[in-house]
Amino acid sequence: MTAYIIRRILYAFPLLAGVNILTFLLFFVVNTPDDMARMQLGQKHVTEQAIQKWKEQRGYQMPLWWNGQSEGTGHLTETIFYTKSAGLFLFRFGRSDSGRDIGSDIMQRMWPSLAIAVPSLVCGLLANITLAVLMVFFRSTYVEFWGVIVCVAMMSVSALFYIILGQYLVGKFLLLVPISGYDTGLNAVKFLVLPVLIGVVSGLGAGARWYRSLLLEEVEKDYVRTARAKGLSETRVLFSHVLRNALIPILTGIVAVLPILFMGSLITESFFSIPGLGSYTIDAINRQDFAIVRSMVFLGSALYILGLVMTDIAYTLVDPRIRLL
Amino acid sequence: MALSCLLVMLIGVLSGCGDSVWNNPYPTSDSSSNILYSSFSERPKHLDPAVAYSSNEYALIAQVYEPVLQYHYLLRPYRLVPLSAEQHPEVIYRDSEGRAMEKESDEGLVAFTDYVIAIAPGIRYQPHPAFAKDEQGNFLYHALVPDALDGIHSIGDFPQTGSRELVAEDYIYQIKRLVDPDVHSPIAEFMKAYIVGLSGLSNRLEAARIPGKATDLNAFGLEGVKALDRYRYRIRIRGKYPQFRYWLAMPFFSPMPWEAVRFYRQKALQQRNITLDWFPVGTGPYMVVENNPNRRMVLQKNPNFHGEYYPSQGEISDRENGLLDDAGSRIPFIDRVVYSLEKENIPFWNKFMQGYYDASGISSDSFDQAVRFTIEGDVGLTADLRDKGISLKTSVLTSVFYMGFNMLDPVLGGGTENARKLRQAISIAVDYEEYISIFMNGRGIVAQGILPPGIYGRREGEQGINPFVYDWIEGAVRRKGLQEAKILMSEAGYPGGVERSTGKALILYFDTVATGPDDRARLNWFRKQFLKLGIHLVIRGTDYNRFQRKMRDGNNQVFLWGWNADYPDPENFFFLLYGPNGKVSAGGENAANYSNPEFDRLFERMRNMESTQERFSIIQQMQEIIRRDSPWLFGFHPKSFNLYHGWYRNMKPNLMANNQLKYLRIDVDRRARMRRLWNRARIWPLASILIILFAFFCPAWLLYRRQQRAGAL
Repeated sequence: MTAYIIRRILYAFPLLAGVNILTFLLFFVVNTPDDMARMQLGQKHVTEQAIQKWKEQRGYQMPLWWNGQSEGTGHLTETIFYTKSAGLFLFRFGRSDSGRDIGSDIMQRMWPSLAIAVPSLVCGLLANITLAVLMVFFRSTYVEFWGVIVCVAMMSVSALFYIILGQYLVGKFLLLVPISGYDTGLNAVKFLVLPVLIGVVSGLGAGARWYRSLLLEEVEKDYVRTARAKGLSETRVLFSHVLRNALIPILTGIVAVLPILFMGSLITESFFSIPGLGSYTIDAINRQDFAIVRSMVFLGSALYILGLVMTDIAYTLVDPRIRLL
Repeated sequence: MALSCLLVMLIGVLSGCGDSVWNNPYPTSDSSSNILYSSFSERPKHLDPAVAYSSNEYALIAQVYEPVLQYHYLLRPYRLVPLSAEQHPEVIYRDSEGRAMEKESDEGLVAFTDYVIAIAPGIRYQPHPAFAKDEQGNFLYHALVPDALDGIHSIGDFPQTGSRELVAEDYIYQIKRLVDPDVHSPIAEFMKAYIVGLSGLSNRLEAARIPGKATDLNAFGLEGVKALDRYRYRIRIRGKYPQFRYWLAMPFFSPMPWEAVRFYRQKALQQRNITLDWFPVGTGPYMVVENNPNRRMVLQKNPNFHGEYYPSQGEISDRENGLLDDAGSRIPFIDRVVYSLEKENIPFWNKFMQGYYDASGISSDSFDQAVRFTIEGDVGLTADLRDKGISLKTSVLTSVFYMGFNMLDPVLGGGTENARKLRQAISIAVDYEEYISIFMNGRGIVAQGILPPGIYGRREGEQGINPFVYDWIEGAVRRKGLQEAKILMSEAGYPGGVERSTGKALILYFDTVATGPDDRARLNWFRKQFLKLGIHLVIRGTDYNRFQRKMRDGNNQVFLWGWNADYPDPENFFFLLYGPNGKVSAGGENAANYSNPEFDRLFERMRNMESTQERFSIIQQMQEIIRRDSPWLFGFHPKSFNLYHGWYRNMKPNLMANNQLKYLRIDVDRRARMRRLWNRARIWPLASILIILFAFFCPAWLLYRRQQRAGAL
């Protein structure tokens, strides 16, 4: 397995380089370093000299890809692409175009993102599995029928609707929790209840239906019939046999998204004014802060690759038949 | 089931909080504290006074930094009064030999103007670690190593602070910073043209600059700015520029202690985002104690504040409105100001209605909930807001939003009679009264020229109208009829919107960055306005960067643009049409690329004059020229609508002053009472939800029991 992991890590380098090239390309197709300077320097009294100085201080005066005026490796290394990308592979994100240390910002903003994402994932998983088990348990009854209808209806509604409805019902009408905001430590709990609740409810339709189909697939297999034939109660059959086997794709799916939890949720963080990494990325795009955008895309890609590796490892742990070579 | 568990947990968690109201976003202990609550939707980019230039940045730093002058809070028209200065600067005109001249001397002979400024002694900086010294008098935190910063994440984490007296050299230091190549002040190039020696200093600093290493500004002299003694300094500018006094009231000309700059330049601090751009150091009534742009910014009363008193003079209506009740009282009144991150309008509005924000603007989403117009057209509040004791204050901003015509365009631009008539016809046809009514909920007034209300030189009534677009009929202003516009079109060579010489329909291109779904109605409206004259307006939606490039290259015909006054002087508006400021030719602020030698000549005379009758007369001539030439379709001056809770006192909109916080007062007891009244949690619907869930699953449970008894699935 060690060889496999090393190989996957080595594969990650060209992948990350590709993502980095693509980000760079897309960003600079839309923006030029002059545009970035103007955005940072403001609207009034911006002169060409000020723009040139801004670019020089941040290394944006260099050519994008190829420096024809340099010698040897300087053709490649004395370019915006190289100078802005090389440090990323060591997770040195540098400073944002507005001057802040990106690494420090990421460390600070990671926790609010996790504070929403982890409880949402755990509570959502429990809720989804519970509902799915209930629907399977009562399949061919009104519970399954209405359960599926409600799930499809819930899937059809956009996340934004849940947020606005949740804020209206829980925050404005019931007056149970603050509508938005964030605090640190235990004080954060009252701010997290509503976004987590909305996160769980909004994912319930799709999640429960997906898990229901996994459970239904298992429930028809031979070993389940054997278990029933042995005289086991339906509860025992479901929880000891069906659920355990159905958990394999569920768990591996969850492992894949675990690293991505760090990246936060764009809409939820924005509506609840939660200072996580999702809103950090959106703000950077709006401000044309290339340093942050490339860092966040790189980090997201690295975490995604990590998630895939972890999924492979998780398969070997939950299914002894699988070996990583 | 899991959902009901979650709901029960929710009730449990909240019950455990012991809070009187459950939805209070602030700590319960702060309920009776003298705190003002406000918000920000986007973090300020800069809090360095040499760089900051946006209203959201000024909202913070103007409470911390003290320039020598400020705007009087209550008196109108706006007037400057001393802040850290003992009195108004002494202005001395000098000839090319440096000899002092009479004030009435011919302007052409004035080679330099000296501003001699005396600051009040005894003013001290806020407590700050940059000033902290050990017993030997050495700075404690000027040579920090990363290991020494364990546990230091914010400026408030330093155990020791110090302070010192404000001196004239601090103002000089800040002026030098304007051209520090590491600082990037937006007014550097502008000020180089005025302050003697600033350009030379800039060159010397550039030459001495070593990348990655900070330059010690104290080692560089500045010819035009000299300290006369500990509390007095002199700024020498080229020629005569009376508007310079307004610049002296802006944060660019605040004092900056060199200790703070040296302290913040340390790499170890920069790596923790503790920089001058985030933690200002000033002498003002407040100091920044928390600046987490990701969540919250907090200002706290500066214990070293030199003291200031609430103004005793105001307008007549100010006494009636209770704005002089605190006259002569020591300010500031509020102990702490908390700005919370609030990115979306809906949650912000709801929290304002719950009493958790003290003041609010009115977004278009909530306009109908807040404002109603009477049959007479007067603005009032809805019953809901009146019942809560909320008040509405409106004021016309010193801004102008206009539709610009590119004067370099061969069809629409230029000084020919035909092009002028075409622009005048469009000015008549585009009905901005309707625009304000439909798209701005009536929050604006139509512009009759370039100057908004409150700016010297603006005329009201019949004499103030734009005679090329409006008529004065029975004591009211009336837009000219469409027929007149059509006649102008015909005279311009486009009868019915068809070019007479070619027989082709006239097509104009409108470049805009407003391309979202919400903008579609607005753009369609513009298209219809042009179609009234038979002109086909083609909307060219583009992103911001491309739009800016088109503007710089002059590759455009029609565009929307705006300007917000830096200071209350007509020069700050007319320069937007001054020929040498052309966007294409000089990268200036003249976005329409308008050039009229007569206008330019009058502008050059007017800009350096004191506000005399002669200046007033020149301004009217300039207005007349641009109304006739119509390089802009003078759009509108926006009107701000702001809401204040009943516990919010001493608020008077002041469009020039940014340091208003110190005058405000909060009735804390009333606020706490109202919050409790408005925010009692409703529990009963939760019980209903639990009952419904129980009712849904009960038959299922019975079914399950039956299945168990049957012994098979």
